Amino acid sequence: MNWIAIWVTFKLASLTAAALLVIGLPIAYWLAYSTWRWKFVVESIVALPLVLPPTVLGFYILVAIGPHSPIGRFYADLVGHPLPFTFEGLLLASILYSLPFAVQPFATAFEQVDRKLIEASWTLGLSKVRTFFKLILPLSTAGLITGAVLSFAHTLGEFGVVLMVGGNIEGVTRTVSIDIYDEVQALNYAGAAKTAAFLLMISYLVLLLVYAMNRKVWAVWPQK
Amino acid sequence: MAAEIIVEVTKTFPGRPPIRASFRYPVEASTVLILFGPSGSGKTTVLRSVAGLEWPEEGTIQFVSRVWLDTGSRIKVPSQDRHIGYMAQDYALFPNYSVAGNIAYGLGELTLAERQKRVQEMVELFHLTGLEDAKPRELSGGQQQRVALARAVAPRPQLLLLDEPLSALDAPTRAQLRGELRGLLKQLALPSIIVTHDWAEALTLGDVMAVMHEGAILQVGTPQEVFSRPANADVARVVGVETVVQGTLVEAREGLATVQVGEISLTAVAVESVGSDVFVCIRAEDVTLEPAGAGLTSARNHLQGTVDAIASLGALARVTIECGFPLVAVITRSALTELGLTVGASVRASFKAGSVHLISRQ
Repeated sequence: MNWIAIWVTFKLASLTAAALLVIGLPIAYWLAYSTWRWKFVVESIVALPLVLPPTVLGFYILVAIGPHSPIGRFYADLVGHPLPFTFEGLLLASILYSLPFAVQPFATAFEQVDRKLIEASWTLGLSKVRTFFKLILPLSTAGLITGAVLSFAHTLGEFGVVLMVGGNIEGVTRTVSIDIYDEVQALNYAGAAKTAAFLLMISYLVLLLVYAMNRKVWAVWPQK
Repeated sequence: MAAEIIVEVTKTFPGRPPIRASFRYPVEASTVLILFGPSGSGKTTVLRSVAGLEWPEEGTIQFVSRVWLDTGSRIKVPSQDRHIGYMAQDYALFPNYSVAGNIAYGLGELTLAERQKRVQEMVELFHLTGLEDAKPRELSGGQQQRVALARAVAPRPQLLLLDEPLSALDAPTRAQLRGELRGLLKQLALPSIIVTHDWAEALTLGDVMAVMHEGAILQVGTPQEVFSRPANADVARVVGVETVVQGTLVEAREGLATVQVGEISLTAVAVESVGSDVFVCIRAEDVTLEPAGAGLTSARNHLQGTVDAIASLGALARVTIECGFPLVAVITRSALTELGLTVGASVRASFKAGSVHLISRQ
């Protein structure tokens, strides 16, 4: 098994899930509570990675962060090297690619918090921000874990986006799924089988956790 | 300037009559205003507007010297800055906090020591000792209600708003807590607004009562005034109890109570422990009229009187009889003709002991 590829993959998946916990919360909060009539426009954009072929998403990200775009140039000027085919570039792509997998469970969890509880918190003098941290977030734990775990698992298996944005650099951007592809191309089926079985096991364990959470088997907060 | 609550709001919901509520009344430390009306009359919307949870399209809300809402000059004070205590109909206790955690929730501005002291005071005042660490779902309905009330009053609000405070409870608990709530409200000495559709609650708890119907406020007065002298037929129909007089409970034996109303002695079913001073409530449909001097019936109360007034209600007639106190009966027009009732005629009014409702008010 290619332990370097496994290490790169887990680093990427963990950082993606962690970043989405931070970035996804305000987006999910806005989606759950905004009364803006054009909200569905933003909802659709967030959900786009669900249906877009990964190569298409990867292509646009590559162009957006490449040396010919203002963002790419700005980054290159700031850091000294361009973003494509680096781990950071790959991380950015993974965050965008897994956005709906984090934001949708978060938003669903927020929407399920009884409006009356939130109103009670307001009348007790707590601002919207403090109500979020003292009430909404603790009541949404299951949704937060689901979102984090799903985006982690989704990143583990990404292929097209990685290939487009990260390339295939050993120890930097070569992830497990690319490693498996390489092994098969080299007709090393035994090596591919081991890595594939490992990924299968991890993915299944992750889904096991998500479904158990949603059935409230280990729910952090007991059912009413 | 006298301390007053002024509410003048307009709010429309699609497919329903618009709510155009307007009232003002002076507030003192312990004035309890009852917003009374059937469901859908808009009373909860008015309460929520005062709480800052609903934004009327137009109007003003003023509490003492503070303007909470003035759509004309775009003043919209959010709930958080109104310093109110609000209790929703189903209590809305925070499921992830204990009883003590719920009570302490709005006390973030106090120091830890002050907060603990305040929680302890509330636990004692609301008889929650021993339940501090329980989660809301482990509590009975009555306990949940007390926790919700404790949570609402713990930050010492300047106005307490209760939406159907007793409706989520079963009937026996409700009757018991009604009296307790009255005592608590007087002890807290907080101006309060209570929404209810239960006339017994209105009589027990209220100092002032506003009757709402189809989005409008029809009458404002003391509960006794509103019940016994409804401003119009709509109010009379909404409140549903036509005769409300003060009486004194003189005796309760074998499940029957004897109540003295002026010179008249009435028999009632003693349903709950009542104090000596009571409101005697009789619904007009429960009163039958017979010719003076008729024979015995199963009804326990027979009063001789004279017809004071007759008002037509379509197929029915509303007859007021002076029999020591004004008693209202609703009978059919044909009965009116058969009995030959005219103003000044002698008549006997009968009603069963079970139709005499006693509401204690200490």
